[in-house]
Amino acid sequence: MASMTVIEAVRSTLDEALGRDDRVFILGEDVEAGGVFRATEGLAAKHTGRVIDSPLAESSIIGISIGAAHYGMRPVAEIQFADFIHAGFDQLCSEASRWCYRTRGDAYLPMVVRTPWGGGVHGGQHHSQSIEAYYAHMPGIKVVAPAFPADYRSLLRAAIEDPNPVLFLEHKRTYRLIRQEVEGAPAETVIGRARVTRNGPDLTIIAYGLMLHESLAAAETLSSEGIESTVVDLLTLNPIDRETILESARATGKVLIVHEDTLTGGLGGEIAAMIAEHAFEYLDAPIRRVAGPDIPPMPFHHAMEDFFMPNREKIAAAARELAAY
Amino acid sequence: MPQLGESVTEGTILKWMKEPGEAVRLDDPLCEIETEKVTAELPSPFEGTMGKILVPQGETVDVGTPLCEVVEAAVAPGHPASGSGEGKWLGGPMAIPPDEPPAADPAPAPVAVRASRAVSPAPSRTRPDERERFFSPAVMRLAREHSVDLSQVTGSGIGGRVTRRDVERHIATGPAPMPAGAAGPGVAPTAPGAPYETVVLSPTRRTIAEHLVRSNVEAPQAWTMVECDVTRLVALREQDKERFREQEGVDLTLLPYFTAAVCEALRAFPMMNARWEGEELRRYRAANVAIAVATEHGLVTPVVHDAGDLSVAGLAKRIADLVQRAHARKLRLEDIQGGTFTVNNTGSFGSVASKPIVNTPQVAIVTMERVVKRPVVVEGDAIAVRSMVNVCLSFDHRALDGYEAGGFLADLKRRLEAIG
Repeated sequence: MASMTVIEAVRSTLDEALGRDDRVFILGEDVEAGGVFRATEGLAAKHTGRVIDSPLAESSIIGISIGAAHYGMRPVAEIQFADFIHAGFDQLCSEASRWCYRTRGDAYLPMVVRTPWGGGVHGGQHHSQSIEAYYAHMPGIKVVAPAFPADYRSLLRAAIEDPNPVLFLEHKRTYRLIRQEVEGAPAETVIGRARVTRNGPDLTIIAYGLMLHESLAAAETLSSEGIESTVVDLLTLNPIDRETILESARATGKVLIVHEDTLTGGLGGEIAAMIAEHAFEYLDAPIRRVAGPDIPPMPFHHAMEDFFMPNREKIAAAARELAAY
Repeated sequence: MPQLGESVTEGTILKWMKEPGEAVRLDDPLCEIETEKVTAELPSPFEGTMGKILVPQGETVDVGTPLCEVVEAAVAPGHPASGSGEGKWLGGPMAIPPDEPPAADPAPAPVAVRASRAVSPAPSRTRPDERERFFSPAVMRLAREHSVDLSQVTGSGIGGRVTRRDVERHIATGPAPMPAGAAGPGVAPTAPGAPYETVVLSPTRRTIAEHLVRSNVEAPQAWTMVECDVTRLVALREQDKERFREQEGVDLTLLPYFTAAVCEALRAFPMMNARWEGEELRRYRAANVAIAVATEHGLVTPVVHDAGDLSVAGLAKRIADLVQRAHARKLRLEDIQGGTFTVNNTGSFGSVASKPIVNTPQVAIVTMERVVKRPVVVEGDAIAVRSMVNVCLSFDHRALDGYEAGGFLADLKRRLEAIG
C-alpha cells in the first residue's frame, strides 16, 4: 500500500503504460520537462523518444494524435489546460469521434487526450474552465472525470487500452489535494460505470471531480444533522451510467446534481432529464442543481471565484432544502 | 383549528398558553386543543406577537376555523410577509410563487393561525409554503398502488406537503380504527330547580356515540360465548408473577397470555383478522390487536402492532405502556391506528358475560370475562373446583359466518386451556 496523490496516480499510470506497450507515446506542450503540473516528470528520461514536446498548437496535438492512432500507435496527448482544448474541437468532434462510425467499425482510433480542468486554484479566465459538457455532448468520444487516485489509475489505464478516443479530465485542484492509499496495479475497470460512494435514504447527490469531494464533505455535515445522503461518483460523463443514477433516484426520490460547470447546458440538465424521463413516478421533489452561475469564465478574484464555485456549504444548503421538501 | 387526526372535524380549545401581546417564537405552543382523537399543543407557525384570541377557552370549533391572530415579526419592506422563522422555507428554486402579489404595505399584518389540512373547502394557496395538497409523482404512485386516500395522510414536508415517506408510513400503519380520546364529563347550567342536569357531550363522547351507532347499524352482529378452564394458566401466572415483576418491572396479568393465545388463534383463522376498506374486505397478515381501555376520559383502543410477533413478556410490557399512556392521555396518533382485531378485558369490572360491539371496520371482538372458581364436572363424572373464564365473541356477519367464528373461539379455548 502506498499513499498517492492524484498527480502521482496519473504519472505512475503513464509510466506503466509506456513500459508495457511500445505503441504508447506522450505528446504535449512542455511534457519533456515534466509539464506544468509535473504529470510527466521523469518520463522523458526513462522512456527515451516517447515523451514528445509539441508546438503550442492544440489542433496539431490532437490532429497528430489522430494520425498516429490511424497508424496503430496509442497516443496519449496532453492539453496543458482544458481551457485551450477548443482549438482542437474540430479535430476531436468532426474527425476523431466519428472514425469508427464512418468506417462502419472497420477502423478505430485508440487515443487519449488528457487535460487538467476546473477551478478553485485562482487560475482566472484561461486556467479554470469546465469544458466537459461540450465534449460529453459528442457521441463517439468517451469522457472520463474521476475523483480519487485509485480511479485515476484504473480509468487512465482503461482509457489508454480503449480502442476509441477518450477525453480524460483531471481536476487540477485535486492534483495534490486528494490523497489515497493505493494498492499495486490499477484495478480492472470499465469506462461508463458510476459508483455509489456513500449510502443514505434521504436524498441522492450526483457529482464528479472536485465536486464529488465537496459533496462527500457536505454529506458528512448533513449526517450530523440527521440527513443521510447517497453520493454517486459519476466517474464517466459520456456515456453516463444511467442504471446507477436511476436506481438511486428511485430509491431516494430526491436528487441533487452538482457540477462547477455553468448551469445552463451543463451535464446536470441531461441527468435531470434522464431521471424525469425514466423515474418520474419515483420523484418526491423537484430535481435540484447546484452549479456555477451563468457567467462566461471563472473569475480570478478570490471572493468572486468563491462566489462562482459550488462548495460543501452550498451543496449542504441545497440538500437541506431538498430533504425538508 | 388544525386537523389532529383522520376524520376529525372539530376541536376544543382546552387552554390558551399565550396572552395577547406576548412574544411568540416559532413553534411556541399557542394553546392546547382537544379533539375526538388526541389532545395536543398547537405550535405557532409564525414568529411575532400574540394578537387577538378569536376562540375562547372551552369552545369547540370546526377544523379550519381561525383560532387567534399572530402579528408577524417585522419583515423587510418589499418582501412578502411570509416564512420568516428560522429553519423555515424561504423559497429558492423549489418555491411555488405566491398566488397573491406581495403586499405593498410592509407594515406587519396580523396573520390568522390556520393550520388546517383543508379538507372540506378547496384549498386556496395564498402562501408559497402551503403545500399540503401538492402531491409529487412518487406520492401519487404510492397512493394509487395502495389505494391510499391522500386527504387522510398527515404531511411532514415543507408547508405541510405529504412526502413519500409519509405515505409509506401511512401504508405501514393503516388508517385509524375506533377513535379514542378524552370524554371528560361536564354539566351544562340548567334552570334552578330543574329535576335534571344536561350532560355536555365532549368530542370524545360524541365520537364514541357516532362510531358505535354506525357499527351497530352497518354491521349485523352475531354473538357467541365459550367457557374455558384456565386453572393451569392461573397457577402458572401465580407462580411467575413475583419473578416477572422483578425482572420486567410490570405486573403480569392474564391479559398478555390471553392476547398471545388470540394471536395464535388469529393465525389459524385469518378471516377474523380483517378490516373493511370501503367495499373491500382485507385480511391482514399482521395481528394488530387493539386493547379496549376504559379511562375516566372515555373508551380508548390503543393498538399493539404486530402483536403476533411478541412474547407474553413483550405483550405485557407493551400493553402496560399503552394502558398507562391511555390514562395519562399521552397516546400518539399511531398508537390508535391500524387495529385489525380487538380484545376487551371486561372481566376487570367483574363481568362474567358481555356482548361487545364490533369495533368496525374490524370484523370481530372478543372479551375476556372474570375468572371465577366454580364446581365443574371433570373426567370420570367427578366434580372439581376449577378456575373458569367465559370468552365472548361478537362478529360482523357480513364478513364471516359461525363456521369461522365458532372455529376461532374453539381454537382459542383449546389454546387457553393448554397454557400452563
